[in-house]
Amino acid sequence: MRYLPLTDEDRRAMLGVIGAKSVDDLFGDVPAALRLSAPLDLPSGLGEIEIERELASLAAQNMAAGAVPSFLGAGAYRHHVPAAVDYLVQRGEFLTSYTPYQPEIAQGTLQALFEFQTQVALITDMEVANASMYDGATAAAEAVMMANRATRRAKALIAGDLHPHYRAVIETYGRFNGFATAMAPVDALAASLDAAISCVVVQNPGFFGDVRDYAALAEACHKAGALLVVAVTEVVALGLIKSPGAMGADIVVAEGQSLGNALEYGGPYLGLFATREKFMRQMPGRLTGQTVDADGLRGFVLTLSAREQHIRREKATSNICTNSGLCALAFSIHLALLGEAGFTRLAELNHAKAVQLAERLEKLPGVKLMTPSFFNEFTLRLPRPAAPLVDALATRGILAGVPVNRLLPERPNDLLVAATELTTDADIDALDAALREALR
Amino acid sequence: MSNIRYTKDHEWIRVDGNEATIGITDFAQNQLGDIVYVELPEVGRKVEKGKEAGVVESVKAASEVYAPASGEVTAVNTGLADDPARVNADAMGEGWFYKIKLADAKDLGDLMDDAAYQAFTAAQDKH
Amino acid sequence: MSGPADKSWSKAVSGFTPAAGGGREVHDEEPLLFEAEGAYYDGASARSGVDLPAPPKIADRLGGLRRQGKIGLPGLSEPQIVRHYTRLSQKNYSIDTGIYPLGSCTMKYNPRLNEKVARLPGFASLHPLQPLATVQGALALMDRLAIWLKTIAGMPALALSPAAGAHGEICGMMCIRAALEAHGDKRSRVLVPESAHGTNPATAATLGYQVDPIPANARGRVDLAALKAKLGADVAAIMLTNPNTCGLFEDESLAIAEAVHGVGAFFYLDGANLNALLGRVQPGKLGIDCMHMNLHKTFSTPHGGGGPGSGPVALAASLAPYAPLPWVVHHEQSFALIEERAGDAAQSLGRIKAFHGQMGMFIRALAFLMAHGGDGLARLSGDAVLNANYLLASLKDVLTPSFAGSAMHEVLFDDRFLGETGVTTLDFAKALIDEGYHPMTMYFPLIVHGALLVEPTENESKESLDRFIVAMRELAARAKQHDTEFFQAAPHRAPRRRLDEVAAARKPVLRWRPDAKPTAAE
Repeated sequence: MRYLPLTDEDRRAMLGVIGAKSVDDLFGDVPAALRLSAPLDLPSGLGEIEIERELASLAAQNMAAGAVPSFLGAGAYRHHVPAAVDYLVQRGEFLTSYTPYQPEIAQGTLQALFEFQTQVALITDMEVANASMYDGATAAAEAVMMANRATRRAKALIAGDLHPHYRAVIETYGRFNGFATAMAPVDALAASLDAAISCVVVQNPGFFGDVRDYAALAEACHKAGALLVVAVTEVVALGLIKSPGAMGADIVVAEGQSLGNALEYGGPYLGLFATREKFMRQMPGRLTGQTVDADGLRGFVLTLSAREQHIRREKATSNICTNSGLCALAFSIHLALLGEAGFTRLAELNHAKAVQLAERLEKLPGVKLMTPSFFNEFTLRLPRPAAPLVDALATRGILAGVPVNRLLPERPNDLLVAATELTTDADIDALDAALREALR
Repeated sequence: MSNIRYTKDHEWIRVDGNEATIGITDFAQNQLGDIVYVELPEVGRKVEKGKEAGVVESVKAASEVYAPASGEVTAVNTGLADDPARVNADAMGEGWFYKIKLADAKDLGDLMDDAAYQAFTAAQDKH
Repeated sequence: MSGPADKSWSKAVSGFTPAAGGGREVHDEEPLLFEAEGAYYDGASARSGVDLPAPPKIADRLGGLRRQGKIGLPGLSEPQIVRHYTRLSQKNYSIDTGIYPLGSCTMKYNPRLNEKVARLPGFASLHPLQPLATVQGALALMDRLAIWLKTIAGMPALALSPAAGAHGEICGMMCIRAALEAHGDKRSRVLVPESAHGTNPATAATLGYQVDPIPANARGRVDLAALKAKLGADVAAIMLTNPNTCGLFEDESLAIAEAVHGVGAFFYLDGANLNALLGRVQPGKLGIDCMHMNLHKTFSTPHGGGGPGSGPVALAASLAPYAPLPWVVHHEQSFALIEERAGDAAQSLGRIKAFHGQMGMFIRALAFLMAHGGDGLARLSGDAVLNANYLLASLKDVLTPSFAGSAMHEVLFDDRFLGETGVTTLDFAKALIDEGYHPMTMYFPLIVHGALLVEPTENESKESLDRFIVAMRELAARAKQHDTEFFQAAPHRAPRRRLDEVAAARKPVLRWRPDAKPTAAE
């Protein structure tokens, strides 16, 4: 078998050194009754040819969002990833390396993570960032738990337009970690603050696409002794709109998938986590820090590890161990390639495409644009239920957007539509024409 | 130094009237290795005997620091923020953690004196 | 000190060159992106490594919330970026470079076919919220992987969404708590062996449980009598690893299961060490209720310098109703996703992650399993266990195995062999780096002193193991000659010498700042 180097001769020789008669004898500690007497009822081993053929046939049953006009967003966005990114992350020294616990031979990973942490702090306008979490939603839940620790309170106030998956994850953690959650519409958040609230969690741009300024809310939170947590599900927005840091956020969590990482049907994605320096030691997850080696050369190490599970065990800030290292590297390389000029231009391009799209679709009869200010995604209220319409358009090779009631059942006529730098004029024409016809 | 008492968790408490100074012992700092950070209670906080009052961190370990006696925190050693190494250098002196106004002197009754603590640590026999 | 380090260190004892690469450029400073010359070239034609079209002219709809001021990102060209990351990569050790004998990590070869199939556009370009009719192949793949994993586990249900092992632990323990609460049962304690991985007690504490440690017996297994003494109606679960973190099979598992179930508690298995059992033992037959698997350990998905992983959780029938959303189900002739707590999923604990799980890792793991086949799994686990026992047999006279008898897929030594030499486990490990190897797991599990936990995996050849054995034997001999200074100064040949972790933790510098001072070497 191509992945197993041992030959039968090797096995015989090794058994001789061990003093055992057969490999099966090495399993003597397992009671016979527990040992399988026959192979499991599963398909036999295959060579590359057959595996590729089978998996390609499964892949062919899917309509790739990259192959047709697609306008899907709602927390995951179709962007162009430069070829150099995917090439670099596949270098064996990055792809197949372990967590950098032996820093002397992991400076590649550690320096890249130090650069990543810096980039995340810069784009969010915060002071420190960690080396990644699983995704934006779990990062949001961790932010709430951190706010609870920092304020010694146990209740999170969640904005009505936080991504429903993010809210669901926070609620799950709340139920089992022992904190409460409450929800309020965005304009009622400040009024809902009280001494029991540890944090307010908002999203910008919001789930329905709205871009808002949360500076006043930040002030209200601080007066009430609570923290402001801002979630960003489309990081490209940070290239164009007011940053959460500038608004006074205490913790910023984000989904980093938009940079460097494919859509890949929902994972693996990338949680970003940034905060103020005064909360540094309360941060969950791994942190990379700068130091010097025995010769005085600069080097990087994982640091403040005493907070983490492998040392603090039951008192850890989080149980997270493996995070999203390679996704963070891909994000970092993509952002490094873009640079200041490229990142800001990418954001401008996204917004411009979305504006062009909105200008066309808001003219559709019976259709109302619900989002006056947006980045690259907005909500349309249709005169009919959105889901059947989206299904119908899919059969005609157009992925028209996300029906809101896939995530929020109470909004059957709302459609979330997103545009990116990959949206062409032909795509916009196609969607406009298809919706026009479908709504007749 | 007959006014010093010790806990089984290696905290010391030096009593002076109804005020007391608290820290971790030389044995503890040696166990922990180079101290990198000390989390201290805020002035005004009421600490409870036997309950957690702070945390002391080294590169390889993090340990809770428990209050040997109940009381209100009157002062904290702010110098430890910039120089946690003081705890390693002089755990019983410059490396003190915080001071309290003792709530109840009877709290000291079950703590060890110098001789008992020496015997206690000798029996621990760590490498 | 200025200038490059003194390179006159002694030859590696085994005579082999370090696998971490040589040459001066590997050891030199690679500037940060932010420090690259010209990184902040100003002006309208500021540099970028990506050419994008000019945005069409529109009237913006930003509500007046345009970002003010510069972000502060550096601007570099594509060749500069590629060179930067290529040079960084050359400072890394990796599985592709050499053996990672890390106990508890199962650092096995990451097949490149996995990378190819995960990148098929029909998978890579799928948006998670596309209409279900357009993603039937993706759902079929998830279902197929679930069948493989359920069969391997010997358990009826599987939650696919946890993003890593620790996340799987949280998921499994949440299911257990949900099941208890559904019967109005509030319990407060979780039993965890002293040898357990740190994520186990961290998980239990995150869910509000009090962690009660169980000691090991002289055979390195969980002390059954001690366990029984700690059991009570307030115990929610025991979290066990099997084989355990000493590399030994917990042969009293059935008795443990009986005792645990006898008080109405659940049996959680940490499946990190599943590599020893593939195709030979089905954990479901050990009386367990719940087990997470690490696709990035047992199932070959790449570690990527610290993730992403994937931690699906196998569930007994008693816990299946609580599995987190979404559920992949058959619906007439097609696949569907249940994304709401309704119908069969009414008792689901809800979501623990956005979207559906680590699809990219599912594809890789399935390709790996298809390559070995159901008929190849026993050969895989057999080679893994053979390799570990070969190391044990070849080293037990110079190192000190912690427990008698054979090991499973990993073998535990402790630092008794270092005796009064003054050389610690850490020093020994750093010297191993100079021999060209990543050190084994150190100081874990906690139940022996100065632990060295070695797991070669099935992907090491006999030649590779023999070279490793030579290096280990020479180092052990050198340590016993009390050459303490050599060990304490190691590593000498890696891209960096030993790094000051105390300074890093006392005065944390977690990012570059524009006003950062030059490095100490300048």
